Formats: sequence, C-alpha cells, structure tokens
Amino acid sequence: MAIEVRIPTILRTYTGGAKQVEGTGATLGELIVDLEQRNGGLRDRLVDDGGLRRFVNVYLNDEDVRFLAGLDTPVKDGDTVTVLPAVAGGAS
Amino acid sequence: MLTIPRALHDQIVAHARRDHPDEACGVLAGAAGSDRPERFIPMTNSARSPTFYEFDSTELFRVWRDMDDRDEEPVVIYHSHTGTEAYPSRTDIALASEPGAHYVLVSTRDEQQTEFRSFRITDGQVTEEPVAVVE
Repeated sequence: MAIEVRIPTILRTYTGGAKQVEGTGATLGELIVDLEQRNGGLRDRLVDDGGLRRFVNVYLNDEDVRFLAGLDTPVKDGDTVTVLPAVAGGAS
Repeated sequence: MLTIPRALHDQIVAHARRDHPDEACGVLAGAAGSDRPERFIPMTNSARSPTFYEFDSTELFRVWRDMDDRDEEPVVIYHSHTGTEAYPSRTDIALASEPGAHYVLVSTRDEQQTEFRSFRITDGQVTEEPVAVVE
C-alpha cells in the first residue's frame, strides 16, 4: 500500500505524463520529498520557502490541507492526495 | 474558435451582471475531447473582490471531481472584469493553469453593453479567438 497522488494536467510534465503517482511518508511534506525522487521538479511547483505555494491547492482525501496542518498534515497508506492548481486571476 | 450555445452565453453574462462590481467566475463543462460546452457551473469567488477572483478551493475540488466522474472537462473558464476591458491581465496570464480551456472574459464596465471575448492562454501566450454564439 502507498499513498495515491493525483496530478493535474499542467504538472504531468514532471510525472512522465502520469495522471496518478504513488509515494510514501508520514506527513504531506515527507510525501512530497519522496515524490521528488522519481518526479524531478515536482517539488518546486508545489512548495516554496514559505510552505505550500499560494496558488496550488492540495487535498487530503477531500479536504484542503490548508484547513488541516499544511505540509505537516499526517498522511497514511490508503490516503488519496489530490493536487489542483488554483483557478484565479483578475483585473489587478 | 469558441462555439457556445446562446443559453450558456446568457447565463455567463447574467452572472457577471449580478455580481458586479465584484468579479464573477465559473466553468462550462463539456464531454472530454468534445470542445463543446454543455453545463453551466457558477463558482464562488472566494476573494469577493472587484479586481481579483479565485474559485473557492472546496468547491473547486468538488466540481473537478464531479467532472472527472462524468468524463467531462472544463471547456470554458470564465470570469468578469468590472472596470477594465475583457482582455487577460498579467495576473490572468500568470495564473492560467488549464492550457486546454477557452478562457472567456466578460467586461461589465459599461452598464448597457457587455463585452464577451474568448482566449487561449498557453505558456504565457495569449491568443484571442472568435466566438460563435449558436441557438
């Protein structure tokens, strides 16, 4: 068992086109470090020095991790993590 | 070129007028690969701002999962500009994350006339395209 991670179209260049990848870790932060080993470049698109990037949404099962503990959110085998870029913009 | 049924076009304009002076935003879903918008999904602008929009993140998850289950995709992503023209701003271009979608911009700056234009935004490049409204 592992943690299933769903990747949006725009980030599939880092996963060799895969829509779904698997990884391990005790927290979301550890999972992202693990994913980076097989999907080079992905980490930079998800996190910066301040934590999760402002315009990337990450969900544990069906909850936005910003409402949980962000990168410190505990994850376990059988969980599904979904990455979705924010849909945002505006005149300013 | 974006081909859009009259009813969906009018729903977007009505949503933009209703939320004016805040920006309105939403999606038209259609069968994957069809390039045909069929389902109107207005979204909550969590920024509630006259100069910014962001799909509410919980709603985004639900709607995207729902589209996935129905084998649909976001054919159109729309939002309004309420004081400027219906053309992608630098922010719109920097944050565009669906290279396959038609980005529809509506301007409600004029009380009588609503501008309605469509663009492709890919790798920072904006290409305007014609809009065909069909009955």
